[in-house]
Order: sequence, then structure tokens, then C-alpha cells
Amino acid sequence: MIGPMMDAWYPVALESRLGTNGRSTRLMDTPLHVARLNGGAIEIRTEDGRALPVRLRYGHVWTSLGAPTTDLFDIPEADQPGRRLVEVGVVRVRCSPLRAVENFLDIAHFPFVHTDILGAEPHTEVEKYEVEIREKEDEVWATQVKFYQPQAAKSASTGITTDYMYRVPAPTCSVLYKTCPARPGEWDVITLFVQPLAEDLCDVWPWMALFDDESPMTDLIHFQQMIFLQDRSILENQIPRLLPLDPGMEIPTRADLTSVAYRRWLKRHNYTYGAQLVAQ
Amino acid sequence: MKLYDYILSPSCYKIRLMASLLGVPLTLRPVDFHPGEEHLTPEFLALNPAGTLPILADGGLLLTETSAMLVHLATSAGPDWLARHDPQAAASEQQWLSFAHRLTASLGGARLCDMFQRPGDLASLQRQGIMALRELEVRLFEQRLRQQAFLASDRPTIADIACFPHVVLAPDGGISLDPYPSIRLWQRSIRGLPGFIEMPGIYRRHELSEEPDPDAANETAEQV
Ligand SMILES: N[C@@H](CCC(=O)N[C@@H](CS)C(=O)NCC(=O)O)C(=O)O
Ligand SMILES: [Fe+2]
Repeated sequence: MIGPMMDAWYPVALESRLGTNGRSTRLMDTPLHVARLNGGAIEIRTEDGRALPVRLRYGHVWTSLGAPTTDLFDIPEADQPGRRLVEVGVVRVRCSPLRAVENFLDIAHFPFVHTDILGAEPHTEVEKYEVEIREKEDEVWATQVKFYQPQAAKSASTGITTDYMYRVPAPTCSVLYKTCPARPGEWDVITLFVQPLAEDLCDVWPWMALFDDESPMTDLIHFQQMIFLQDRSILENQIPRLLPLDPGMEIPTRADLTSVAYRRWLKRHNYTYGAQLVAQ
Repeated sequence: MKLYDYILSPSCYKIRLMASLLGVPLTLRPVDFHPGEEHLTPEFLALNPAGTLPILADGGLLLTETSAMLVHLATSAGPDWLARHDPQAAASEQQWLSFAHRLTASLGGARLCDMFQRPGDLASLQRQGIMALRELEVRLFEQRLRQQAFLASDRPTIADIACFPHVVLAPDGGISLDPYPSIRLWQRSIRGLPGFIEMPGIYRRHELSEEPDPDAANETAEQV
């Protein structure tokens, strides 16, 4: 059952790669077609002809199956002059869309999954940080996250301690902010936009807004693809495939606090498409 | 030598791996294969009308087939990697070098289709991939009975490098490697070679972190 996730916004295509053939895809088991009309405009229809809302933002085409009560979430940094906007491209993953987001929020996996890039042994300790559900924005935030990284970005040549902030503004989207090696005082923005195809299948569209005047665009894309493919093999092997939403099943460690908050927030809103609800 | 390269491509990795095993330095030119499809731009089609990666340029030589690149690398820097010592091994090497193209088409095709949404008939590609894996399993099993750990000989040749990447990455295309014990032993031998390098999804052998494996005792006898 789709429930209230019906009314959220989801990415369904990369605007720059949407040709005249359009893209036939799915959103939460509903087949739909993203069309590029003759004048260049974009139209989205379900198989039975119902027109869906369209937003063009952050390089992607967004839509919703229901009646969104808010507009697509804002990432103010996207409009900041001087940033390189990186369209990483779609990667299909056989996992729950909620699990894809949860993995993105988990820093503790860096040394084990992204060895010698985003983390390295013996630097596996996660220091204390802050997690909250911001009521006004209705978003999950983790701040003051610090982690030692051998190669934090394409533009980093030595290991540094990196500051992170994580944000969940929509059930299947996450935005992370991290220390920007090229521009101290600013944050690099790395997002994970997840298109749920089925409860255990998703198309993932990573996107970034970086300060980096040196690296060729292709290198920026490849760095992020390489990292995400390391996550993909983990995600496809998680058991159970759906995200358990029973708090009784978790043994929270410090690194998991963001995940705990994310699950709590999902549960509060009844965002359960891709979740496994355990009888209490 | 200049390699037009995509970091997530098993075919490009074949050449990076071979060069590393031989100690040959490569100049890499990253190509935006996904999502940009740079390999299909006029500039690239002029280099390689087939619109595939990798492309290897060495002086006046421009190669677009990985088997030719492997031959070129081994001939110039590591003749031990060519099975020239006896006619049977030499013929087997050619056999499995050509067979590797079937793996690229089937397992590689399934992976592109499944992972990057490239057009294709996933179920049919998976079926062809499984048929090819079964053939490879039989060959490697028979080789072991002859005390030979590799496809053409008792030591690795370019044919092993040609087949290795797409096999290891088969699970990316939704194809399990669990049913193939001989393939497992073979790829572990390759992952332990001196000069071995990694790509996402293909890792160096770490003895201690390997899962316990009932065949492990056999394998120690086969290390190169
Ligand atoms: N596409 C990336 C986007 C997400 C991502 O990269 N997450 C973490 C690793 S899970 C990451 O790359 N963080 C960015 C960084 O630390 O550079 C992914 O899921 O891995
Ligand atoms: Fe990760």
C-alpha cells in the first residue's frame, strides 16, 4: 500500500538526458511515461492517461502520484554561483528505497565499504553528534558529524577530518553537506534522490553541487559512481529486503542515531512503502 | 600508451589490470560513458566507429578490441602471458580469448541493462550468460583434473584476464556465481596475483576476510 508517500515528490528522469523518445518508467508500481514534447516541454502521464505534476529542479524531472501539499524541497545551495552541478546518472538497485536512503545516512560504513576513500581503519570511531527532527521544516537533520577521511573528495589529496551534516527533506531523498576542501567555510552538497519503482526496487539518481574548479566533470561523475557502486553491492545483499520499522528490532549505536531518527520520522508520517511493519 | 577508459567498465578494467600485472604504465583518459554517452559523440565514433570502450592508442597503433590490446601488451612487455609453449595451449588461449566476447555480450549486457537501464532483453541476456558460465565452469573443472589452474595452461595467460572481469561482476547483472566452485577457485587465484589491481566490485584477495570455504584446502595447493 502506498499510503501518504503518494503525495511526495520523486525524480523520474535526468532532464539533460531526456530525448524525444522520452522515458518509460514506474513510480511505486505505477507505470508512467515522461515525454519530451515538440516544443521541448515535458509532460508526464500514467499508463491510463492521467497527467501528473512536473517540476524541473536539480537537473532532474520530478513528479508525484498524488496531491503534494508542499512544493519540492529547497536546496538553496543549488543556486549559489560558482558551484559545479554534477549529474551522476541513474543506477538501478534491487533494494527498498528506504534502505537506500538509510545507508546514505550511515557514516559508520565508510571505513568498511569505501575503504581508503571515505574511511580507513583504524579510524572507525564516530564521535558524538546531534540528531533532531525539525518540526517547522518537517525534516530529519544530523549535525556536527565528524569523520576522518583518506580522500574526502576528488579534490582532496591527503587525509582530513571532514565535517558532515545530513538532511532528509522527503521520504526517499537525502542531502548531505560536507567540508569543502577547495573552499573552506562552504559546504559541498551531495544528494541521493531515490525513485521507488517497487517496494524492493529503485532507481537511484545521485546529484552534487560542488566547489571544485580543477577536476574535469567526468572525473567528478566517476568518483561518485565508484562510491555508489560500492554501496550497491551492500544494498542488494541486505536482509530483510524491506526496512524494518519496529523500534524493538534495533540496537542503536551512536552511528545509527540518524537512522533511528529517520525510521521514527517515517513511522510518524506513515511513510511505509518499502518498509516492513512488525506487529507490536 | 593511452587508454580511453571508463572506471566502471569491466572491459576497460581488463586492460588496466593487464597493464598493472605487467608493470606497464598507462595514461588514462576518462570518458563519460554514463550518463553522458560521450563514447557515442562524433569525436569518439571517428576513433572507434563501433562506439565501444576501451580504446588503446600506442604510437601509430589504435586498437578497439580488447583481445588485440591484451596481445599487444603481453607481446611488448610480458611474453610469459602468451601460451606459446605448446600448440594445444596456444589454441586454447585463442579459444578462450574469443569466448570472452560472449561473456561481454551476455554478462556485460545484462549488467548494463540491469544497472544502468541500457536497452536490452535482460532475461535473455541472463540466460545466455548462465550458459556461458556453465561452459567456463566445466572447462575450469577439467583443467583442475589436469593439474592446471588456468584456462589455457598451468599459469595465467591473457585468456584468463579476458574472461575474468565480466565473470566476477555477473552478480551486478542479477546472475549468481554460487553454483560454480571451479570458477570461484580460479578467480581467487587471479585476485591473488602480484600486481593485481581492483575496480568497484572486484577486490584483491584478503585471506583472513574470506568466508570459510569448503574448497579452501584445495585452493592452497593451487596458488600461483
Ligand atoms: N552516490 C552516493 C551518494 C551517496 C554517497 O555517496 N554517500 C556517501 C557514501 S554512502 C558519500 O558518498 N558521501 C559523500 C562523500 O562522503 O564524499 C552514495 O550513496 O554512495
Ligand atoms: Fe556508502
